[in-house]
Amino acid sequence: MTRNDFINALIERHGRDIYERLIYSEIAVAGLGGLGSNVALALARAGVGEIFLVDFDTVDITNLNRQQYSISDLGRAKTTALAEKIRAVNPIIKIRHRKIRVTENNALEIFKDHKLVCECFDKAENKAMLINTLLTSDMGFTVVSASGMAGYGTGNTIQSRRINDHLYICGDMVSGIEKGMGLMAPRVGICAMHQANTALRLLLGEKEI
Amino acid sequence: MIKINGKDASEAKGSSLGQYLDEKGYKKTYIAVEVNGAILPKTEYDSYIINDEDIIEIVNFVGGG
Repeated sequence: MTRNDFINALIERHGRDIYERLIYSEIAVAGLGGLGSNVALALARAGVGEIFLVDFDTVDITNLNRQQYSISDLGRAKTTALAEKIRAVNPIIKIRHRKIRVTENNALEIFKDHKLVCECFDKAENKAMLINTLLTSDMGFTVVSASGMAGYGTGNTIQSRRINDHLYICGDMVSGIEKGMGLMAPRVGICAMHQANTALRLLLGEKEI
Repeated sequence: MIKINGKDASEAKGSSLGQYLDEKGYKKTYIAVEVNGAILPKTEYDSYIINDEDIIEIVNFVGGG
């Protein structure tokens, strides 16, 4: 398969217009767990031109139940393991990655080159921290966040919501790990695909849900 | 009318946002608060007095990802 074969296949599936708009687009993914690994792969498959992957962690055996890693990835940095999986399905995407823990002190520096950020963290306080830090800056970020996807309740309560022009939140807003519910592949995956679809729509200029 | 999370919250008029969040039991590390279309910095919660016609959205994050 050549680079052109791949490009032609994307054009055949999506049309040249969509292909061209996506190939010149870029996205940052903050947190590469059950949400982020799925969001990044979906957007890479869709043909986004450039992706920036951020996570401080390594792949653990407890990640295999819902995250896009393999047994052979155990112990590896999530950034490099996911970059490899993305390259395996999209040979033309530009990938940048940083193995770093995002805090309120470094978030603006880390994401400064990116207008659209998918918040895919695990802990509630980190989700809130990233939203508050990016969206109270004057740097023009838009964030697609997620909250509430634990357990195996109906998938129909997971939705995409638009809070304002710069903040979208996917999830059911209430099903947290604090309630003793585990995180399982299907509901986390549904939520991740809501995020990926919301991000894709924003990249294509659709601001409504 | 004051609206908080889509509901009439006229009783909150004159309170600081910080007071309101405490009364309702929100943990400030888990939330983002939008006031009239913009996210309000956490450092301004205590000084922001809820006014007539304010539209406030409190996003309470839960864990999992």
